[in-house]
Amino acid sequence: MLGEGMLKGLAETAKNFAGSFVSKERMTTVEYPEERIAPIENTRDFPILIYDGNDPLAGLRCVACQICEKECPPKCIYIVKSTDKKPDFVGKPQIYPARFDIDISVCMSCQICVEVCPFEAIKMDTEFELSTTDRFGGLLYDRNQLSKSNEYYNRIHPTEAAEVDARLAEEKAKAEAKAKAAAEAAAAKAAAAAAAPKEAPAAPAAPKPVPAKEPGA
Amino acid sequence: MKTAAEVLQAIKAALPQAGVELVNNPGPSAQHSLRLAPADALAVAVFLRDDAELALDYCSNATGVDWPDKEISEKVKVTKVVDGPDGTKEEKVVEETVKHLEPGYLEAVYHLFSMKHKHGPVILRMRTVNRADQVQLPSLTPVWRSAEFQEREIFDLFGIVFTGHPDLRRILMWDEFEDHPMRRDYVDPDDYEYEPTPHDEVLKRAQEHEKAQAGVTA
Amino acid sequence: MSPNSILGEFKTYRPPVMDVSEEGDELLEVAMGPHHPSTHGVFRMDVALDGERVVKLKPVFGYLHRNHEKIAEKASYLASMPYTDRLDYFCSLTNNWAYAIAVEKLAGFEVPERAEYIRVITAELTRVQNHASAIGFLLQEMGASGTPLMYAFREREKILDLFEELTGSRMMCNYMRFGGCRVELPAGWLAKVSTIVDGLPRFIDETEALLTSNEILMARSQGVGVLKPDLAVNAGITGPMLRATGVNYDIRKVDHYGIYDRFSFRVPLGDHGDIYDRYMIRVLEMRESVGILKQALRDIPASGPIIDPKSKPRGFRPKPGEAYGRIEAPKGELGFYLISDGTGNPYRYRVRPPSLINLTVLEDMCLGQNVADVVLIFGSVDIVLGEVDR
Repeated sequence: MLGEGMLKGLAETAKNFAGSFVSKERMTTVEYPEERIAPIENTRDFPILIYDGNDPLAGLRCVACQICEKECPPKCIYIVKSTDKKPDFVGKPQIYPARFDIDISVCMSCQICVEVCPFEAIKMDTEFELSTTDRFGGLLYDRNQLSKSNEYYNRIHPTEAAEVDARLAEEKAKAEAKAKAAAEAAAAKAAAAAAAPKEAPAAPAAPKPVPAKEPGA
Repeated sequence: MKTAAEVLQAIKAALPQAGVELVNNPGPSAQHSLRLAPADALAVAVFLRDDAELALDYCSNATGVDWPDKEISEKVKVTKVVDGPDGTKEEKVVEETVKHLEPGYLEAVYHLFSMKHKHGPVILRMRTVNRADQVQLPSLTPVWRSAEFQEREIFDLFGIVFTGHPDLRRILMWDEFEDHPMRRDYVDPDDYEYEPTPHDEVLKRAQEHEKAQAGVTA
Repeated sequence: MSPNSILGEFKTYRPPVMDVSEEGDELLEVAMGPHHPSTHGVFRMDVALDGERVVKLKPVFGYLHRNHEKIAEKASYLASMPYTDRLDYFCSLTNNWAYAIAVEKLAGFEVPERAEYIRVITAELTRVQNHASAIGFLLQEMGASGTPLMYAFREREKILDLFEELTGSRMMCNYMRFGGCRVELPAGWLAKVSTIVDGLPRFIDETEALLTSNEILMARSQGVGVLKPDLAVNAGITGPMLRATGVNYDIRKVDHYGIYDRFSFRVPLGDHGDIYDRYMIRVLEMRESVGILKQALRDIPASGPIIDPKSKPRGFRPKPGEAYGRIEAPKGELGFYLISDGTGNPYRYRVRPPSLINLTVLEDMCLGQNVADVVLIFGSVDIVLGEVDR
């Protein structure tokens, strides 16, 4: 019969039309912005800098090594190192970025800066509703706008943040154990040096003036 | 699956006068290529396409490469006549750096496969005489039609003129454009815009622009 | 001395000639595009018409030319990877894979088994959503007002959600690395893929019931835009367009790249080389892709390394040499030609775009047809301007 193919097609369309009233699969429209789909956990939008604790500057993980600036494909990161140092989460004094600008009108969200950062300092955000009316300055984010707390990071990417926190805790524990072992070795050395002057007068060589030292100082 | 050396032998057997030589490719991929003299290129191409055993009927990729002039400086030992300490002339062996310019050229590279026998790639290369005025190469479009748009692109972006191409004009840049963008010495036009995160050359240009602006307003 | 001084005759554009034929009729010259709803992007065709028949057709493109190849010369090898996403922006994962294969040939990396399976799964999912969208767009241009397109996009949304979960982004995935993949699969991802793959045959059946025996589609596409096999081979056509003419050349079977040897799938071939054959080839290839996906999901090793241990994200300096690597992208043969001079940036980086080469025969297919068919023939070539212009 001529037209049979078209009638079969119309049957399909009718099934979809009728089905859209009853099955969720057929009616896929989400009425944004009143309804929103829950964001997928691994999504990536624009980079943010992570700080531990409450103070955005004191807890900032970034040490201005400029690796992300070099590896960024469209070169949208601009870093100026600071001239003074501040202690990082292990306690060692590190330099920090005096200026850390990202131009998000250029950034293509490729995540290479996250991949190459050795300090887990830069991660990807999930915010995409970032439109502004200021064409030039409004899309240039400076260090204060980019700094977000570790709690925020745990909220937006729970599994990833849990892994990062576990890794950082492990590193901190290793660093502390190393420091403790170094301190013990130094104390033992000092104790050995203090024990040595007691034997010095028995030596046949000319006695060297050894300062009296308290063992375990 | 024929290697480049076997293909070279087949060409030499069929066309003994053709100027073909093997270009070795260092590196793990081991894809060696054959360099053709431009005068014999069409004959070799027709042979490669029509030979029953090779049957390279599919030209997959045609591209250009720019090799600019290289300045090579080497230290040479030269005997020179110099004045001795007591007024006499004596010969001394002195090391001097001699610089000579190795001329650059443009190159067209073709990757051929065979759809009939399902082997490949066979890679052909052709070099121009220099980069300035003698940039002609024979077009392989009469042999493989797939080279038509790709040779137009090589002309547009590198400047190689393909003689025998049915319709040689610019393809990606607009027709009144003057330069050849993919050459290594191409300089972007200085259209300064707002650059909040400049790096490298853009930073230099942004600084010059700001200086000029400060000079104007000061 | 500028080379342009000796190229005087090539400097000016020569538009299609406004002929006066023997009967004294004039030809009408129409510029279709670049602002055109059916040209798949910014693309122009200068068409010379005699009434409704096409006498001459010259495609003009370059409106989206971003000189990706020059950007790649200044950037490192890894930094070019996100730019390859933007070539054929519908199929970013296959673009990534083609570039990764070329670099692996250049540097001699080996890909672990689990990474190969992940690559196959993502590539075949990409192929399914690309063919579904291509059919949808073809029917849209035929006047179907979006119904097949929206059904295709419904499936595509599910697949894009999978990509977002795996790579972080729906379209610009940036997932393949040299020697493997970027991250391990998230928990539960394979189960989700399995569910969606189980639903795909029903979607393909629905599409076929809607379209395949539709009289309007058959009348408008059978016998239109015929391409002969020897012209197709000589013009370098690849992909579904070539197989619709009857030439059996699928790079998955020819080059045996990746682990495609382990999967049993057929290569559909057409008889006539017209638009209807290209549509049917795409439907049949979707079915074969579903078969490959089922086999891959069954056989993927449960754990294993994701990337070659020799490959590091920073400081990659391959030895001097060159390599040409290619894959069967959904649109045709996508190849990358790389020349390395030993530094961290490639000396020459070339993309062999299937969409550009497939356009070589556009004029041959359209001569003598009606101007309304030009839009259909162009739609059946299935191009993406990001790839044509780079």
